Amino acid sequence: MSYIIKGETADWELVIGLEVHAQVISNSKLFSGSATSFGAGPNSHVSLVDAAMPGMLPVINAHCIEQAVKTGLGLNAAINRHSVFERKNYFYADLPQGYQISQFLHPIVGEGLLEIQLKDGTTREIGIERLHMEQDAGKSIHDKDPRRTFIDLNRAGVCLMEIVSHPAMHSPEEAGAYVRKVRSIVRYLETCDGNMEEGSMRADVNVSVRKVGETGLRTRTETKNVNSVRFMMQAIEFEAQRHVEMWESGGEVKQETRLFDPDTGETRPMRSKEEAHDYRYFPDPDLLPIELTQAYIDDIKATMPELPDQKKKRFMDELGLSAYDADVLVAERETANYFEVVAKGRDAKVAANWVISNLFGALNAAEKDISTSPVSAENLGKLLGLMADDTISGRIAKDVFEIMFETGDDPEKIVEDKGLKQITDTGAIEAAVDHAIADNPEQAEEVRQGNGKAIGWFVGQVMQKTQGKANPQAVNKMLRDKLGG
Amino acid sequence: MSLDTDTVRKIAVLARIKIEDKKLSPLADELNNIIGWVEQLSEVDTDGVAPMTSVAEMTMPSREDVITDGDCEDRVLANAPDKVAPYFTVPKVVE
Amino acid sequence: MTNPNELTIAKARDALVAGDLKSTELTQSCLDAMSGARNLNAFITETPELALERAGQSDARRAKGESRGALEGIPVAVKDLYCTEGVLTTAASHILDGFVPEYESTVTENLRNAGSVMTGKTNLDEFAMGSANVTSHYGPVKNPWKLDDGKDRVPGGSSGGSAAAVAANLSLAAIGTDTGGSIRQPASFCGIVGMKPTYGRCSRWGTVAFASSLDQAGPMTKTVRDAAIMLQGMAGHDKKDSTSAPMMVPDFEAAITGDIRGMKIGIPKEYRIDGSPAEIDTIWQKGADMFRDAGAEIVDITLPHTKYALPTYYIVAPAEASSNLARYDGVRYGLRVDGDSLDEMYENTRAEGFGDEVKRRVLIGAYVLSAGYYDAYYVKAQQVRSRIAEDFKKAFEQVDCILTPTAPSTAFAIGEKMDDPIAMYMNDVFTVPASMAGLPCISVPGGLGDDGLPLGLHLITKPFDEETLFRAGDVLETQADFTAKPTDVGGGE
Repeated sequence: MSYIIKGETADWELVIGLEVHAQVISNSKLFSGSATSFGAGPNSHVSLVDAAMPGMLPVINAHCIEQAVKTGLGLNAAINRHSVFERKNYFYADLPQGYQISQFLHPIVGEGLLEIQLKDGTTREIGIERLHMEQDAGKSIHDKDPRRTFIDLNRAGVCLMEIVSHPAMHSPEEAGAYVRKVRSIVRYLETCDGNMEEGSMRADVNVSVRKVGETGLRTRTETKNVNSVRFMMQAIEFEAQRHVEMWESGGEVKQETRLFDPDTGETRPMRSKEEAHDYRYFPDPDLLPIELTQAYIDDIKATMPELPDQKKKRFMDELGLSAYDADVLVAERETANYFEVVAKGRDAKVAANWVISNLFGALNAAEKDISTSPVSAENLGKLLGLMADDTISGRIAKDVFEIMFETGDDPEKIVEDKGLKQITDTGAIEAAVDHAIADNPEQAEEVRQGNGKAIGWFVGQVMQKTQGKANPQAVNKMLRDKLGG
Repeated sequence: MSLDTDTVRKIAVLARIKIEDKKLSPLADELNNIIGWVEQLSEVDTDGVAPMTSVAEMTMPSREDVITDGDCEDRVLANAPDKVAPYFTVPKVVE
Repeated sequence: MTNPNELTIAKARDALVAGDLKSTELTQSCLDAMSGARNLNAFITETPELALERAGQSDARRAKGESRGALEGIPVAVKDLYCTEGVLTTAASHILDGFVPEYESTVTENLRNAGSVMTGKTNLDEFAMGSANVTSHYGPVKNPWKLDDGKDRVPGGSSGGSAAAVAANLSLAAIGTDTGGSIRQPASFCGIVGMKPTYGRCSRWGTVAFASSLDQAGPMTKTVRDAAIMLQGMAGHDKKDSTSAPMMVPDFEAAITGDIRGMKIGIPKEYRIDGSPAEIDTIWQKGADMFRDAGAEIVDITLPHTKYALPTYYIVAPAEASSNLARYDGVRYGLRVDGDSLDEMYENTRAEGFGDEVKRRVLIGAYVLSAGYYDAYYVKAQQVRSRIAEDFKKAFEQVDCILTPTAPSTAFAIGEKMDDPIAMYMNDVFTVPASMAGLPCISVPGGLGDDGLPLGLHLITKPFDEETLFRAGDVLETQADFTAKPTDVGGGE
């Protein structure tokens, strides 16, 4: 299904490229030994190197190189054994050196491929052009003083991975799916926590439009620092519409950098980026090129966890899950791990249902997530086991689950304590059924006359009488046997 | 390649150095003189020669991912011409 | 009895060890000389209290038998490009007004740990850009060498203050930095020894950066032996500097054996420049003869790309400098000149804070890196640089050491060569090639020019072969027997 904007004069399609900036999980910064953790007091995670004092020099953090290589492998990308750090020269208050140490001609990771899943069940492969490492900038705070901007350099020098896609997406949905997939992968690899609200992952969106059937690309605009997938998709929609209107009215889209305003859902030009920048890249003479051995790359590859796509395939092929269910379960590594514990030695589809519907439903309502789930995977698994061996019915299981969610208790204990074991003893069921029939002669007559709905009512009566513990299937069968219908 | 005053003005902006208009032309002359002189390098045959990126023939040293620095706001801010501790300050920037 | 400030490090060491001299006396002698020679303007900041404090600590250590070695108690002047904790550091620039570092450069820290005593921060060309020490915000330095014409002469640059201080016996030794010749050329102009070690031999951490791939710390001394002693105290791997070489520091002084029989000395024909004063050729020839007399073999060699070294330097160094100097923006240290906006503040600060030569080089640097010119200039220059390094590598297959003149003239008068920057750049024509290749090199006083001013001889050896350099330099020094002294070693403000 293509995403088309119906303009006044033509149908238009979108061309979208994304630059995702992902903050690397590491203890210290890329080129200095100060801490990277979020939320510290202003300028407390700043060394003399970060503050670009005269004579300061960079020394690279080995772990950051590993994280970048790992991420590249997770994106099915080529790892460049030789890569070079270059200086990107420009002036800004949050850039103490007056240049950012980045990679330009020789990034550490080259071409890659990402598979995205769309709502209609189709998949697409989005090409990745490169991944490179660079320093993050500090923060400018504009609202503390009417005439001054305040500068906090805590973030300056933190390692970023910039992941650049090919301009290969054509709808807001694809862009959203892409970002979610990137996020999922880096979280699996523990190379980035993917937290867009906190800014540890940001997306710059390049949007252009063209008439359907047109080859080549028209002018694109860049919208920066969108900090949620939802906002990104809104920004894309707005920009695309704006471009179409501009072109159709005979104007020209100006190549510029814009900012998204979440309150209005609109973008506006970024004032400070109005002039074209000449970054004058050149290899940083304070550093040497990175030279990686194949053995180094192979070692990292050997430590990689199973990634979402592989896991999904395994869940579908080996466990028989649907594509949709598998997608939901593999989106987060924690969820997948949780599910596998629940499903171990049990019916995978039932397990999937319970995790996706029952557990997630309860977690969402309580504003928790899987890492703070009061119900442990082992316990949920046990609950499924109690259903599987008919100890309790599905209905009872739901009640037990509610108690588990409140107390965190073991289901076996709950069933014991509350005497919830299912009644399967046919004698006892028959007694209850006979009672129900005797107590309700008119309804019994309805059933004999062929009113199928009344059976359900009778089942309900028997269930009530037995505090829900009777096996509903057995009750149903018995009623049919006794009443016909 | 010749530098005109327009180019000098543009470079001055890139370098964030204010140059008075009346100084642009003499400066362009000076810079042109120097650029003209360095252009003799085009005489040298450099086909297939790798640019020298480092004099030192060694591989890039790296450090372990340990926190060894920071927590020194006072030292970092000690020489700031204008500050509202613990922040540096600059004239207001509008984005 | 020689005044203590007139001693060499080696002789002072003997006296200190023998108990004939205390560091406090030695230091005071230097401080007195400094205050009597302020007219030379060799120092930007004098640190007498600090010096005497450290001298006292040195004497105390020695009394306890805890002397740290050859540099224990020796007064050393420090080029004001090294960040010194708690002491004003200016790089001779207005833009670093009031900058007091909260940290110490590795090289000066090493010297301090070796027991030496810092007497002050010497004057230099602004941000080390210059070869006459006339671009300093703090005024030019005067060469203690003067002729009857009474003209003030340049000491050379950029380490002019350090050179003048040693030549005028204001300090036993000084440290400078050398990017294209900034130690060696002033050493030649001032009749002293100055050496630049192999790139990576000394750490650059805490040294204000000019051109990162070229800058090196080095000693400026009265003798070659003193230079070896100083380098011993300065050098060493520093893991805070990614370009610092992980090489063991050999015993440099021990390499001075006085014997160079069989050493092959290369004479590169390309250093004979048309139109150069005859005296340059003469001193060079003299140098070759001196080596021959000492038992070395003279070999003619060729370094074909020599003449391209200077233009290559004037692309690479400004390019790196334009980026290294971007941090001087009025935000975190130094001068700030206000503006209505951030960019205006930057532009005003840097316009007022930087001198003309610095501005020129920053603009050239930004230009050669800019879009459309990067390949033609910067990449091309780095390729030519590879060629220059190859030339030397080939030559060292034939010889152990290369001999050239240090400078193309004697010290000229202050005010000369100011009209044409390129004329000024030519001062480094002999020193720059070795810088481009990162090779260790030394200037040793070879004799006097026709005008009676000093001329240096320049030796270059293979990477990390400072030992051969010191051995050959010491023999040259002995042979040259340079005993002339400058006339203007003091006299009022």
